Amino acid sequence: MAIHTKVNEQLEHELEEKWTDEPGIPGFFNTVDHKRIGIRYIYTAFIFFFAAGAIALVMRVQLAQPNSHVLSPQTYNEFFTMHGTTMIFLFNTPVLAGFGNYLIPLMIGSRDMAFPRLNAFSYWVFVLSGILLYSSFVIGHAPDGGWFAYVPLTNTPYSSGINIDFWGIAVVFVGISTTVGAINFIVTIFKLRAPGMTLNRMPIYVWSMLVFSLMAIFAVPAVTVAASLLELDRLFGTSFYHVAGGGSVLLYQHLFWFWGHPEVYILFIPATGMISMIIPVFSRHRLAGYIWVATALVAVAFISFGVWVHHMFATGVPALALSFFSAVSLIITIPSGVQFFAWIGTMWKGVVQFRTAMLFAIGFLLIFLLGGITGVMVAILPFDWQVTDSYFVVAHFHYVLNGAVVFPLFGAIYYWLPKMTGKMLSERLGKISFWTMFVGFNVAFFPMHILGFLGMPRRVYTYDAGLGWDGLNLVVTIASFVFGLGALLTLFNFLWSQRHGESAPPDPWRADTLEWATTSPPPEYNFAKIPVVTSRDPLWDEQPLRVAEPGPEPLSALTATGALEKTMPVTEGMDAKPQATLGIPEPSYLPFVAALGVGGLFVGLLVKAALIGVIGVGVGALAVVWWLWRTDEDLR
Amino acid sequence: MSQATLPVTTAPRDRGYSTAWWGMVVLITTEAMIFLALLSAYFFIRASVPRWPIGGLPEPELHRSVIFTVILLASSIPIVWMEVALKRGNMRQVKGTLLLAFLMGAAFLGNTAYDYTHMDFGWRVNAYSSLFWGIIGLHALHVLVGLLMSATVQVKVWLGKVSPERHTTPEVFALYWHFVDGVWIFVFTSLILSPHFGR
Amino acid sequence: MRRVRILVFVGVCALLVTGCGAANSIVNPKGSEAKSIAGIWWVAFGLATFVYVVVSGLIIYAITRGHRKGARTSGLRENSFIWVGGVIVPVLILAVIAVLTVQTTASLRAASPDELHIDVTGKLWWWGVRYPASGIVTANELHLPAGQPVDIHLTSDNVVHSFWVPQLAGKEDVIPGQPNDLRFTAKTVGTYIGECAEFCGLQHAHMGFRVVVQTPADFGRWVARRQIAPSEPVSDEAAKGATIFDAQACAGCHTIRGTSANGKVGPDLTDFGSRPTIGAGALENNQQNLEKWIRDAPAIKPGTAMPSFRSLSEGDIAAITAYLESLK
Repeated sequence: MAIHTKVNEQLEHELEEKWTDEPGIPGFFNTVDHKRIGIRYIYTAFIFFFAAGAIALVMRVQLAQPNSHVLSPQTYNEFFTMHGTTMIFLFNTPVLAGFGNYLIPLMIGSRDMAFPRLNAFSYWVFVLSGILLYSSFVIGHAPDGGWFAYVPLTNTPYSSGINIDFWGIAVVFVGISTTVGAINFIVTIFKLRAPGMTLNRMPIYVWSMLVFSLMAIFAVPAVTVAASLLELDRLFGTSFYHVAGGGSVLLYQHLFWFWGHPEVYILFIPATGMISMIIPVFSRHRLAGYIWVATALVAVAFISFGVWVHHMFATGVPALALSFFSAVSLIITIPSGVQFFAWIGTMWKGVVQFRTAMLFAIGFLLIFLLGGITGVMVAILPFDWQVTDSYFVVAHFHYVLNGAVVFPLFGAIYYWLPKMTGKMLSERLGKISFWTMFVGFNVAFFPMHILGFLGMPRRVYTYDAGLGWDGLNLVVTIASFVFGLGALLTLFNFLWSQRHGESAPPDPWRADTLEWATTSPPPEYNFAKIPVVTSRDPLWDEQPLRVAEPGPEPLSALTATGALEKTMPVTEGMDAKPQATLGIPEPSYLPFVAALGVGGLFVGLLVKAALIGVIGVGVGALAVVWWLWRTDEDLR
Repeated sequence: MSQATLPVTTAPRDRGYSTAWWGMVVLITTEAMIFLALLSAYFFIRASVPRWPIGGLPEPELHRSVIFTVILLASSIPIVWMEVALKRGNMRQVKGTLLLAFLMGAAFLGNTAYDYTHMDFGWRVNAYSSLFWGIIGLHALHVLVGLLMSATVQVKVWLGKVSPERHTTPEVFALYWHFVDGVWIFVFTSLILSPHFGR
Repeated sequence: MRRVRILVFVGVCALLVTGCGAANSIVNPKGSEAKSIAGIWWVAFGLATFVYVVVSGLIIYAITRGHRKGARTSGLRENSFIWVGGVIVPVLILAVIAVLTVQTTASLRAASPDELHIDVTGKLWWWGVRYPASGIVTANELHLPAGQPVDIHLTSDNVVHSFWVPQLAGKEDVIPGQPNDLRFTAKTVGTYIGECAEFCGLQHAHMGFRVVVQTPADFGRWVARRQIAPSEPVSDEAAKGATIFDAQACAGCHTIRGTSANGKVGPDLTDFGSRPTIGAGALENNQQNLEKWIRDAPAIKPGTAMPSFRSLSEGDIAAITAYLESLK
């Protein structure tokens, strides 16, 4: 397949000179290339994934048998807190941001994100907040209040050590990364789409990342406030959550879940977006009901802000309010139903190719179907009274957050990694990995439903024999190791492919979207000439893919001239007509330094050292000034 | 190399707002959510206690607050003026209006600092005092950042780095300033005005 | 492949059946609320099975169709398919579930004029139990008359807990600053396992209790028995234990009604000898375990407020044990 956006060799050489990062350590710290940052995000997130997975396996060893003493209760509590916190804050959210970072500019035919330096900043903030959280293990005081950190247990006097401070501060810290990333995605998606890519020609994955970002913008502040007030109570003696001072315990729960439930969809929607890319390609058929799928994504975003109280059904909230939240929790399944039938319809009309990525997509369908059904069940108010805080709920949300997010992510690895690294993964090993994970997953998590029915509560470090829980727990533990092994096989596959994998062609899957119109891996500038889009599936409908006729600014940014000048076109938000030209900044250490500054502030709070905090604030303020100073310079 | 090309039409009207301006719009949205969450917390706790303020603390001082509220809100006027003057290329007016707004904002912040140092109660007393100190303090922090941004913009204007063609920085700053003013309406109404009415 | 599927199906069914029959299962209900919820569960389970089978059938049909029919195009109308399958049918199913939910919810947890009030307090990590009408105080154990509505008034002066007896009713959180009431009627005589369902710290796993449902007559006798202060120690050893109990730190934390021991930190031990467990489910209540517990409770239940008494002689511990076990 021809690469339509390529230019002659001499020009290519010039472009390379202009765009390539410095080699070695300087380039590592000052790069602002969305692809390097995206890949880095993904690698870092997967390190946390395997760390949190290992933690989970140790917990499963403890729970394999009744009254076992592998872990002390304190360590067990630290482990399940870190497992949940890591998976939500340091794996799921960042890995999705990583894929978005890498893919969005390519998919919309741009040369970078709208704010490349901000992009680097959000990565550094993410990685520093992760280091901050994990340093708690090093000093032996990991957070132990659960990933949800309910007050008053997490407040003084019940948790007086530094443990919870690590959690509270890391949550606020990493929230900055999520927020900054979301701002970047929103502006990028609205303003940097290739000419002709109107909103209703945008790939569903781009829609899903837009919804992800919008939801993050509205939801993350709630958890930031929840955790900040907790830390103010803990560090500065305020009374937000102290009942004796007129504070409220339920206030924390409301704030936390106002973010917490949308967060589930924040994590899940981009995963469905990936599925909506993979299924059409391997069904050799356009996505059925594009418009309904896009509408469904937007609908979920709205509805998901009206369901948070279903995490609080047993807190004595008035019955009328409970019925409202119960009803909304039922309604939110409808958009998922729409997406589901769009996927089935697509496969039905096409001819399915069982490549590894597609297997993960089909596995996702079967797992998410069950997770969705149990989701309806827990929306049934009285039924939730029985199963909430039991292993039934553990099963439910692992079907949704592990099954229905991790399976699409692994599918995405098999689908997009060849684009990112230029190496094909082994299909054979991939399929073995899939089946191991699929079987391991279901055998590990399905029995948890039954454990919940048998009255096994969540977050217990041990249990007595003779309650009918022993056998099932052993099965769960064994299967969770099988699941872990399956995931490691993909890790191995990745490492193997880097040495022995075949080189990836630009478009190994005969796919439809723009990221396949450039080399694998793409050059630093993505596209020497920006493609012009006339359909939803440009690579299927436009052969050869077209580029713009040269013209004066802003059109010149579309051509190789624009690439040589390190610029990219800015287009109108709705119908993507070229509007202006935006410069792409040179590599800069500032994002790293600014992230260190913000990190300094949080470390200062953590260790109660005013000086570190002051230095942090100072660096942060300087960063604000510098950014404003540069804003006009970068526009051309 | 043969290449299929397509004539592309450009946007008919102006060049639109800059990406930086759009970024600020989104940042403001998420900031507004932070204030919404805090004000919700304020009313949630207020609804759950029998008397407000809790523990017989005094109601917030009203008269001086009203005066400085008017000053802060009015500071948006010179900023709007600045934007118009910038479009017309009247840099003298740009400098003047920016300075005026800066002084008005600084006066407001000075009043807040005065209030803080003369308050009868600290943030530790009870949930009311924590909310009052916390929310007013967060807003004051936003004013402070606004002043920092204003100072940066003013330096740029004086150095001739701002012109009718290079207007992104003042535009972005103006948007932020309007937000800081606008959000104060809600903070003021909830925290300072409303305890004087109702319990 | 088909055989594997059948095996999996049989396996899942077998698991489900075990789940239903077992003690402590929410689908083996012995109380009014648990019965209603089990009823709604079976409807939901029926609908869920139907949906899972139909939709996964559609998935399998869809992924194999192209291979069976070659590249022959399907006449499937995409939009109708999505609307019928993704909107109309789900709305109908959800409507059934919504009606059922509202109806069931309305009938649950309603106050009743003849209900028995019980105050239950969540502690770290045990349950204080008080019957306001009769003044009975006990711990980690509730006695309920079968057939009479009860109102369990839940309070906490520490962290959030959740009160759960799977066979009798759903959960109700125990929240500082916000008392909650859980109302239901126990139906069948028996002893049921209860537990704390909200993570409450180090010993969340050992915050169990027992609910003994009795016939109204038996319950009346239990109340009458509990209202009489314990008699004088029955044996010399127990008498010696009583003396040590008063002399040592024990009495500072525990109350034994009718004696000078009136501490409020730990559980009331007035009827300790009749309780099934020690330390809120940490150990079965027998002489040997109690001696172990007194000697070194923190080793058994790390974090408990009960200190270790390794300084006491074996004889003293045996005496205290004899005394406590005699309190019935």
